[in-house]
Amino acid sequence: MSGAVRLDGAAPPTEALLVLADGTTFEGEAIGWWDPAGPAVATGEVVFNTTMTGYQEVLTDPSYAGQVVCFTYPHIGNYGVAAADSESRRAFCRGVIVRDTPPRPSSWRAEQSLAGFLAEQRLPGLTGVDTRRLTRHVREAGAMPAAFGPVAGPLAVDEAALKAAALGAPGTDGVDLAAEVTTAQRYTVGEGPRRIVAYDFGIKRAILAHLGRIATVDVVPAGTPAAEVLDARPDGVFLSNGPGDPAAVGYAADAIRQLLGRVPVFGICLGHQLMARALGAETFKLRFGHHGGNHPVRRVGTGGVEITSQNHNYAVVEGSVAAMDVTHVNLNDGVIEGLACRDVPAFSVQYHPEAGPGPHDASYLFDEFVSLMRRGA
Amino acid sequence: MPRRDDLQSILVIGSGPIVIGQACEFDYSGTQACRVLTEEGYRVILANSNPATIMTDPAFADRTYVEPLVPDVLEAIVERERPDAVLPTLGGQTGLNLAMELHRRGVFDRFGVEMIGADAEAIATAENRDRFKAAMTGIGLAVPESGFAYTLGEALEVGDGIGYPVIVRPSYILGGTGTGIAADREELERIAAAGLAASPVSEVLIERSIAGWKEYELEVMRDRADNCVVICSIENFDPMGVHTGDSITVAPAQTLSDREYQAMRDAAFACIRRIGVETGGSNIQFAVDPRTGRQVVIEMNPRVSRSSALASKATGFPIAKIAARLAVGYTLDEIRNDITGETPASFEPTIDYVVTKVPRWAFEKFPGIPEVLGTRMQSVGEAMAIGRTFPESLQKGLRSLERGRLGLNCDPAETMYHDWDDDELVRRAAIATPDRPFHLEAALRRGISVERLYEATGVDPWFLDQIALLVAERARLAGLAGPAFLGRAAWRRAKRLGFSDAQLAWLWSAPERPVAEREVRAARLAAGVRATMKTVDTCAAEFEAHTPYHYSTYEDDDEVAPGTRPKVVILGSGPNRIGQGVEFDYCCVQASFALRDAGFETVMVNCNPETVSTDYDTSDRLYFEPVTWEDVTNVLDAESAAGTVAGVIVSLGGQTPLKLAGDLPDDLVLGTRPDAIDLAEDRERWNALCAHLEIPQPAGGTATTFEEARAIVGRIGFPALVRPSYVLGGRAMEIVYGEDDLRRAMDELAGFGSLGREGGLSARRPVLIDRFLEDAIEVDVDSVRDAAGEVVIGAVMEHVEEAGVHSGDSACVIPPPTLDPGTIRVIEGHTRDIAAALEVVGPLNVQYAVKRIAGVPGPGHHQEVPAAGTQVFVIEANPRVSRTVPFVSKATGVPFARVAARVIAGATLADLRAEGLLREPVEGDHVSVKEAVLPFARFPEADTLLGPEMRSTGEVMGIDRTFGLAFAKTQAAAGDVLPAGGTIFFSLADRDKDAGVTVARRFVQLGFSVVATAGTAARFEADGVPVAAVVAKVGAPDTAGPDAVDAVTLLEDGKVDLVVNTPRGRGPRADGAYIRRAANQHRVPCLTTVAAARAAAAGIADRSRHPLTVTSLQEYHAGGQLPLTAELPLA
Repeated sequence: MSGAVRLDGAAPPTEALLVLADGTTFEGEAIGWWDPAGPAVATGEVVFNTTMTGYQEVLTDPSYAGQVVCFTYPHIGNYGVAAADSESRRAFCRGVIVRDTPPRPSSWRAEQSLAGFLAEQRLPGLTGVDTRRLTRHVREAGAMPAAFGPVAGPLAVDEAALKAAALGAPGTDGVDLAAEVTTAQRYTVGEGPRRIVAYDFGIKRAILAHLGRIATVDVVPAGTPAAEVLDARPDGVFLSNGPGDPAAVGYAADAIRQLLGRVPVFGICLGHQLMARALGAETFKLRFGHHGGNHPVRRVGTGGVEITSQNHNYAVVEGSVAAMDVTHVNLNDGVIEGLACRDVPAFSVQYHPEAGPGPHDASYLFDEFVSLMRRGA
Repeated sequence: MPRRDDLQSILVIGSGPIVIGQACEFDYSGTQACRVLTEEGYRVILANSNPATIMTDPAFADRTYVEPLVPDVLEAIVERERPDAVLPTLGGQTGLNLAMELHRRGVFDRFGVEMIGADAEAIATAENRDRFKAAMTGIGLAVPESGFAYTLGEALEVGDGIGYPVIVRPSYILGGTGTGIAADREELERIAAAGLAASPVSEVLIERSIAGWKEYELEVMRDRADNCVVICSIENFDPMGVHTGDSITVAPAQTLSDREYQAMRDAAFACIRRIGVETGGSNIQFAVDPRTGRQVVIEMNPRVSRSSALASKATGFPIAKIAARLAVGYTLDEIRNDITGETPASFEPTIDYVVTKVPRWAFEKFPGIPEVLGTRMQSVGEAMAIGRTFPESLQKGLRSLERGRLGLNCDPAETMYHDWDDDELVRRAAIATPDRPFHLEAALRRGISVERLYEATGVDPWFLDQIALLVAERARLAGLAGPAFLGRAAWRRAKRLGFSDAQLAWLWSAPERPVAEREVRAARLAAGVRATMKTVDTCAAEFEAHTPYHYSTYEDDDEVAPGTRPKVVILGSGPNRIGQGVEFDYCCVQASFALRDAGFETVMVNCNPETVSTDYDTSDRLYFEPVTWEDVTNVLDAESAAGTVAGVIVSLGGQTPLKLAGDLPDDLVLGTRPDAIDLAEDRERWNALCAHLEIPQPAGGTATTFEEARAIVGRIGFPALVRPSYVLGGRAMEIVYGEDDLRRAMDELAGFGSLGREGGLSARRPVLIDRFLEDAIEVDVDSVRDAAGEVVIGAVMEHVEEAGVHSGDSACVIPPPTLDPGTIRVIEGHTRDIAAALEVVGPLNVQYAVKRIAGVPGPGHHQEVPAAGTQVFVIEANPRVSRTVPFVSKATGVPFARVAARVIAGATLADLRAEGLLREPVEGDHVSVKEAVLPFARFPEADTLLGPEMRSTGEVMGIDRTFGLAFAKTQAAAGDVLPAGGTIFFSLADRDKDAGVTVARRFVQLGFSVVATAGTAARFEADGVPVAAVVAKVGAPDTAGPDAVDAVTLLEDGKVDLVVNTPRGRGPRADGAYIRRAANQHRVPCLTTVAAARAAAAGIADRSRHPLTVTSLQEYHAGGQLPLTAELPLA
């Protein structure tokens, strides 16, 4: 238990405003960190996430780079923040929008409050927002750039400035966000019996935890050439999740093309899209993406249904994947959720079998990777 | 895996009468199942003894057996109908237990019936504590360590092995005798010794105490392909130690991190797979140590439960409906999510609001029972509320309860806690009681710390912090001088925390300047802050919702889609309570169906998660909202903005909506005018009306003080019936025989007793005092009058128990067994006159007392009584549906609630006759009896005596060819199978002895051996009735000779098979109270009126002559097609 409940209203809430690129505005109160030097304007692409638990994992997932995350569940911060739950070294998203944050966390695991975490991560946020209205708007109009900031107090900005900032904010199309989040130096984790090279396009710790149980994992920067990887003679290559548009990470697709057939490959999320692109498939941007922990996916081979953790705005175009079989399909909208190469030992999924946050239904995929490596290239 | 074509017919077992722990959630689940199975083309056979349910409406099944849910009867139904399968998982514990018993008897094997949903092995593993623990341990899940002990030495060994504290639970005991928590070895020595002594088999279970741990539930579904999903997580506000049915519960879980939640989810799936529930829903309870996060499995229900009804309403995911589809072969991905219309049911709902369920108790009905919550469920109903935040949903939930509270304190009742000092307040909060949340708020408002309260109560600091936010907001609001001083932001902040306008009005009221609720509302609307309607859509707005299931909150925009048809808003009856239960939900639902068929758009407003009315596909639109003026007005505003509101129906949901009639816009109230409703409730206006119509009434008057009451009694004489106005279920109603009784009754009504809390006395709500008519027959009439003036009589019902027993606690019979045609004509005539005078448009229930001047023949006698010897008094009239309406419909085949609804909405009876909706009642070959079901088994300390205050929680119906057979069926259905012979024990009040002699003689003829207390025995013997033994008064062995034992000892020794004990004296210390309590504790049927004993004799006699037969409602309603054995005996 840390801090005292704010009973006296001593720190009055600072009115704030969110302005979308299409001009729609939402009222709220500023929370989190704002640069005292100003200007107090946060920008990014607004996406909504429907998971009811796991806000810390979401905020620290590098795949949200460039985005402002709106949580649909109203109370965010209930159980605080614990170092063990961070999915990467820091928060890469650009801001957080919630309906409510509790005065303080309640959990035996809590090491920090969400407010403390936002301050530490220099992450601005909004609370008190009608997040359902925002979600419905994004659902209809699509994910779009936005800006928010306080409209009262010493750092106040005006609506026009926010509107201009929203219009000026870069989207994610054509932007190589992976380059912003990938590791600068290669590093090694895990103690498993095999050897895996993992491309870090924004890799989550939950993935590393899984891979680390089956192999010793060399995590390499996104731009690592294929030859360098093959020189290490790994048992398998892993293609990680990551933010943004796969079309903007052409160099990675090129490298993957050289790896396929020479070493077993497993890709997740952006890694899945890049593998498909390496084999000539096309990708497209979904209107508002899949961000949550409850998406049903059919496993084509068995007919079984997995409840999956998802976080992607782009997807592989159906029918553009000649050399691959669709192994998994999203039951909500038919989006391709998994692919397996016919001629080479490689497979990938669009969703997140590593959970973090989310259900564990698809953790068998890491076992499949082991089987694939056992068979070799 | 598609629909199973190898099955043609399926037996669905309902849950029987509403009892504590098993309420109308199983009507909801059973109704859904019947609808789904019918839609899928199966022949559905339904068995349920509860006539008040929607599922037993004959339209919901091919064959509806309103028969006792006992193994013999079910066996007869199976033999007659030969179903291919039985679905046992939707009828609560009753359905599950019955199915298991039939399985054990080999009935299913013999007739080739398959158990679908869960098989016997799975049920046995989940239900048997030892097997369940072994199964969980086997798959690596932790359970609270426990062990059985038979000696003190063993007990200590088990305790030492587990580690302290431990709970000691003696086996086979009632009422928690001998249960206790031992903090250390010394305490265990003491408690285990007491426990071993208390257990008839000298067995105690010693279990690790996890009181104070956090409690969670997951609602899980599984299909044939082994796909598993979690529908909803629930976190209890009250820690372990309070039954989950008595806990405030919150969805989704609030304080679990994703890691912890996913571990729980994995454990839940492992559990349902291990237990082997092949398809359907289960709920799994967990306890979590708040200090370490350690999770243990407490129990699982391999069936649809109260929690699954809650989870369905909380998420919009219809668990029972899906469970029924899964049971007949579908997999989750083959079933569409109705709400999105596009996505499949194989997903996990995610919600963007907070749901709070608050239980409703009825302790005020059971004096002497401590208002303390524990491991045994005691609540009789619940309300659910939806808000965007926990504080909002909690406040909405508390005002939904209709306990006279306007929210979490900030209302007149909060002054109750003013006299307590801080320590006292904390001490009170530390005990789990219905008032705990109010105590917590009051404590926080005094500045008592969250830490101290957490320490004292185990309520998670997260919840306490949320309540502290309400405290802080209240302080801010109290600093403002009134509604005129708030800007938009301030209003919005207050309303977002769930403060009702009524709370704010109270807060800003000063003695010299009261602030009205309407004033608050007007100021708020002027500031631009109004309720917005959001949607429950299973997916947190990710997909478009096609099902308009709404709740109010204070946000930016509305989601109510415009409608084109005229709308009728139906106000529901709120949480179940004694006096207002599923029967009113039946009427609201029937109305919704009938009006939808007639071209209206139907809009339901209700807050009871157990009901069919709050199923999102019952009405065209559903608002899950408290049924209060503010919340209903919000709905009317939202609906008016989205189309044309034809009006509001207030007369189908019991007293709850009727009370609102006068405050709603007059032109919107459909049917009987609010003024006529007031006329029927206002004693003076009503008396004048009766005088004008020349209908006799018992003499009486109204009083607000003891002096006024004494003056009235001086005029009318004792005994007098004393009751508050505007209440249902005989709340606080009492028969007083002298001035002391009268003074005490008036004090209770005026003071800050439970009724005072519900509003107290005022000139507007005076006490009604009437001459009590002793030994009169009570008669109920349900009728409908249309705007053209035609009146149709639904049924005239004769009560078995005499006037003075609340009509809701009394058995009643259609057709009246002892009333002569002349008297019935008089009663029907009075009913028509009253309906006309009140200008009723819609339902009217009138109660009469028939006083005979000649001798009193009993039911079953076909003695002609001249109308000239009989006087009919009118007791009261209610221009609303009564609780008997569903019974009348099932007895006569006339869909009376639908007729009433159509008439309210403007149709004439002639129209409805032409349409075919209004049919002639089926009469002739059958007798229908409705019997009350009382919750005494839950309250072993309570007196089982019936009186003017209603205490039954539910009802059963028996139909057969004679009164006796039908009555005997009701007794079996209510849980007391009448013995075929043995010993009957009589202990009668003097005034009952005349009538008692005849009844005793009848029992002797039936082969019973009669024993009686001294006075009763003397009278029997004087009249030639042989008495086998004289029984001593309790605590006074010398009253019956040196060797006589007292009645309690006889009951304990199992030497009595039936008890007839009528009251004399008052209070728990009276002899009769001991006898009735002992009968209750030893489950010996106990009749507390001579009339019931007479009816029982008829039942036993008829049953001995005629074999059991079962017949469906459809056959009865077809008329003249009974599979009669052509024996129509006269009793």
